[in-house]
Amino acid sequence: MSDIRNLIIIGSGPAGYTAAVYAARAQLAPLLFEGSVTAGGALMNTTEVENFPGFTDGIMGPELMENMRAQAVRFGAEIITDDVVTAELSGDIKTVTDGEGRVHQAKAVILAMGSSYKELGVPNEKRLSGHGVSWCATCDGFFFRDQDIAVVGGGDSALEEATFLTRFAKSVTLVHRRDELRASKIMQDRAFENEKISVAWNTLVDDVVGDAKVSGLAVRDAKDGTTRELAVTGVFVAIGHDPRSELVKGQIDLDDEGYVLTLNGTTETNLPGVFACGDLVDHRYRQAITAAGSGCSAALDAERWLAASE
Amino acid sequence: MGATKIVTEASFADDVLTSDKPVLVDFWAEWCGPCKMIAPILEEIASQNEGLTIVKLNVDENPAIAASYGITSIPTMNVFQGGQVVKSIIGAKPKAALLADLAPYL
Repeated sequence: MSDIRNLIIIGSGPAGYTAAVYAARAQLAPLLFEGSVTAGGALMNTTEVENFPGFTDGIMGPELMENMRAQAVRFGAEIITDDVVTAELSGDIKTVTDGEGRVHQAKAVILAMGSSYKELGVPNEKRLSGHGVSWCATCDGFFFRDQDIAVVGGGDSALEEATFLTRFAKSVTLVHRRDELRASKIMQDRAFENEKISVAWNTLVDDVVGDAKVSGLAVRDAKDGTTRELAVTGVFVAIGHDPRSELVKGQIDLDDEGYVLTLNGTTETNLPGVFACGDLVDHRYRQAITAAGSGCSAALDAERWLAASE
Repeated sequence: MGATKIVTEASFADDVLTSDKPVLVDFWAEWCGPCKMIAPILEEIASQNEGLTIVKLNVDENPAIAASYGITSIPTMNVFQGGQVVKSIIGAKPKAALLADLAPYL
């Protein structure tokens, strides 16, 4: 067992890395678990980030994450590319176990596990996942050259994916359950201007169709209930995210949807010395910059708490 | 270059299909974030397990092979034995989960 540290940060992405930058600069020598296959978080599966302030011409999501990581390392953060599989967060000393079974202890913990993609929850989605059903347009768009595909969703992520996929696909049908999109105006304008993109409004997904691979999407009109099948060979799911709070369930207070609850505009959770930030907490803004901002807040809250408890 | 080997359309038959040992083919590309995440894990598994050969096939440079095995999502890791796909793992997974999937071939 290693010594007791000041601070352990669980999760990477803009929230975790920013927390590490601030905590490292405050001489807290933080240990950050960035995840074995999720390191860098949601931005690792994106392309151009155009709205992170300070990057006049935009920056690639993975590059932004590499930069933040390097910045944290520069100030002395220690980073382990592994998952935390158990966490004991009550008590003065918090104990976490990583994927290799090693135990680590600290006086304070920052939770920044982010969120994971929501699934459609239709019968054949899992079976056809990787055979035409995808959650990562940047990874898999390449395989759908000159094909007809569908993107399910109506937020910024869905429109970004749809627009990106037109580089490869013959056509992209955006399947959306309502008659308006929640995506930002600029993303909507960009998508609507694209000849390859059409929208199936008020359309619910009943199932993904296909034997060995996807051959269609079974949909239903939300208003009159009529069913039909879209002839598509790819289905990209972008219907939002669920917080990755499984690790702390039962110890940390969560809301009905599983987001970590924080106290009165701070990053404090119900447990002393445990702070939370990023998409794990935020179901409202969910931006790289807001995640980074809350990661900063968490590091400052942890720093103050550690100073006060000495 | 570590414990894994790069294969191409030209070397696929020799390196994969006619190999005496089971071969895991990692179908990957430069633009795939999760592929980069699992690359070091595959290097570790390759260096720690002599029974399984691990090779990497860049789908961008070798699209015909990826297409012939119906790859539509990466990373996909197919285990070949006697020229046939005996196991297909789709998507990035932590090392422990990968080792569990690969246990019969290690």
